[in-house]
Amino acid sequence: MAEVLVYVDHVDGAVRKPTLELLTLARRLGEPVALALGAGAADTAAALAEHGATRVLTHDAAEYADYLVVPKVDALQAAYEAVSPAAVLVPSSAEGKEIAARLAVRVGSGVITDATDLQAGEQGPVATQSAFAASFTTTTRVSKGTPVITVKPNSAPVESAPAAGTVEALAVSFSEQATGTKVTARTPRASTGRPDLTEAAIVVSGGRGVNGAENFGIIEALADSLGAAVGASRAAVDAGWYPHSNQVGQTGKSVSPQLYIANGISGAIQHRAGMQTSKTIVAVNKDAEAPIFDLVDYGVVGDLFDVVPQLTEEVNTRKG
Amino acid sequence: MSLRIVVTVKYVPDATGDRHFAEDLTVDRDDVDGLLSELDEYAVEQALQIADEADDAEITVLTVGPEDAKDALRKALSMGADKAVHVEDDDLHGTDIVGTSLVLAKAIEKAGFDLVVCGMASTDGTAGVVPALLAERLGVPQVTLLSEVSVEDGVVKGRRDGDTASEQVEASLPAVVSVTDQSGEARYPSFKGIMAAKKKPVESWDLSDLGLEADEVGLAGAWTVVDAAAERPARSAGTIVKDEGEGGKQLAEFLAGQKFI
Ligand SMILES: Cc1cc2nc3c(=O)[nH]c(=O)nc-3n(C[C@H](O)[C@H](O)[C@H](O)COP(=O)(O)OP(=O)(O)OC[C@H]3O[C@@H](n4cnc5c(N)ncnc54)[C@H](O)[C@@H]3O)c2cc1C
Ligand SMILES: Cc1cc2nc3c(=O)[nH]c(=O)nc-3n(C[C@H](O)[C@H](O)[C@H](O)COP(=O)(O)OP(=O)(O)OC[C@H]3O[C@@H](n4cnc5c(N)ncnc54)[C@H](O)[C@@H]3O)c2cc1C
Repeated sequence: MAEVLVYVDHVDGAVRKPTLELLTLARRLGEPVALALGAGAADTAAALAEHGATRVLTHDAAEYADYLVVPKVDALQAAYEAVSPAAVLVPSSAEGKEIAARLAVRVGSGVITDATDLQAGEQGPVATQSAFAASFTTTTRVSKGTPVITVKPNSAPVESAPAAGTVEALAVSFSEQATGTKVTARTPRASTGRPDLTEAAIVVSGGRGVNGAENFGIIEALADSLGAAVGASRAAVDAGWYPHSNQVGQTGKSVSPQLYIANGISGAIQHRAGMQTSKTIVAVNKDAEAPIFDLVDYGVVGDLFDVVPQLTEEVNTRKG
Repeated sequence: MSLRIVVTVKYVPDATGDRHFAEDLTVDRDDVDGLLSELDEYAVEQALQIADEADDAEITVLTVGPEDAKDALRKALSMGADKAVHVEDDDLHGTDIVGTSLVLAKAIEKAGFDLVVCGMASTDGTAGVVPALLAERLGVPQVTLLSEVSVEDGVVKGRRDGDTASEQVEASLPAVVSVTDQSGEARYPSFKGIMAAKKKPVESWDLSDLGLEADEVGLAGAWTVVDAAAERPARSAGTIVKDEGEGGKQLAEFLAGQKFI
């Protein structure tokens, strides 16, 4: 059976959920072969095998941490040449997309970015994409070369499908460009203890209506009662009330949780672009005319300073 | 020595308009007003600031797009760029990511550059990969997705905010940079800027000027094909209640009914 190369996103050996989802999609197309790079690469093998990887190619070198993107492209190309896969799947992070696109150009293939689903088709994998702030759904194929496709988080279920997951060391020689962009300092993002925004099943967001950094406490309290991640609109981020890493929308994170709760957010097109595909959408806004209400399954027209704390209290009571 | 900066700017359908696909499943450009992709305004702004800091710099704005794409160039010129290049050819209709990066790279080489500045993503295709592809094709460092950028003594430095960490990165020129919408508000064109832009040179190049063949670009030459595009069904109207003191409790009731609590 054809092999499908899956690029692994992990932090020190802990595989991030979008990669496990990729393995589900890869199994629809062939036998998944995973590529894990950098510190802890070999530690990913157990999780990858548990989710269907037949082989796990690994390589560690200082270059992956010390230089931007290109060393990873060199390694992915080495894996590509070693495996001759039927397709290459990469998680749709900002970096993942850059790695995938550069590989595609190197090997003479087309690239599809931000797929939200993937099926086997007669002429190769068929990808689903969301277009124009998720108001359209398209199906797309790569028509030249080996399909290189990046897939958004929450696009497939994580399924257990035990396979061999044999660890193999990959030989990589770095290109001249590999050391072109040096990373001179790195500040890891402090953990909040809350679920990752793009992976969370529930996201609770606040916008300009939250009216101050100090008031984001009520958004966080609701999130914590539901075990949710916290999001923010660009207006709230630009005002300095919440970090940019929590921004939801076109230039922030795109999220697709089971439940999205928008508080004091009007629902501008650029915000909708990042949350419109959420399964259930709820909003609290004091303006009955706010465009966000066009999207909701349930909306409360009211002051968030009354509604949100009452909801939090009720959730906590019901959890008992 | 003069610093030659090329800023790539895309002409896109207005995101607040009714965007849709044409019959051949390319973006319909006739029914919706076009404009300079808002995220490329940030690229123009950073280029202007870098040029201000340099002894001597020249900014060329470059677009690949149909006739109307000149509007995007005019906007960038009125913000303060020095000259413009418009790559325009009927055979470009329907060009995909790989093809667009090929055309842009050829045009950048022809224009001559020390620094290429791009937006983080277009507001229509939103792939966010063209800058990395330009670096790949031009064989120069990529210094992409910067929320802060500066150039000094032939070195570009910046801050890249990623998913798990914020990084300081640097590379020697020539290089390709892309900047995010966190890099600083773009200036509005002044009246003087708008008047001055009318006199600035806009060159037009076609595929033959770039040594490219029609079958390397456009719909026919594309590396990807769109088979279908369907409008997402409108969400069925939800329940909307007015808070009269019990709004939070009513919402909790709904969430419990949906098994979220
Ligand atoms: C190129 C580009 C990219 C962009 N990218 C993004 C992006 O990624 N994400 C994003 O979010 N935006 C983005 N934007 C900005 C977007 O256009 C909007 O400006 C932004 O989303 C507005 O944020 P908001 O809804 O919080 O604020 P507003 O639009 O000001 O809405 C605030 C809402 O809060 C309500 N409100 C006020 N007080 C209360 C209260 N006490 N209780 C309840 N409700 C209250 C008001 O009725 C109003 O509806 C982008 C814009 C551009 C041009
Ligand atoms: C909804 C949608 C989905 C698409 N999906 C795919 C796909 O999966 N695969 C594929 O191959 N093609 C795809 N395309 C086509 C693709 O968008 C175009 O080829 C486009 O010109 C390049 O990609 P982008 O707009 O996403 O650019 P991005 O990579 O998002 O653009 C980043 C930066 O590159 C520069 N830039 C990009 N295009 C131009 C230009 N024409 N002129 C000047 N500067 C430019 C700008 O500085 C811009 O800020 C899609 C188009 C649409 C509308």
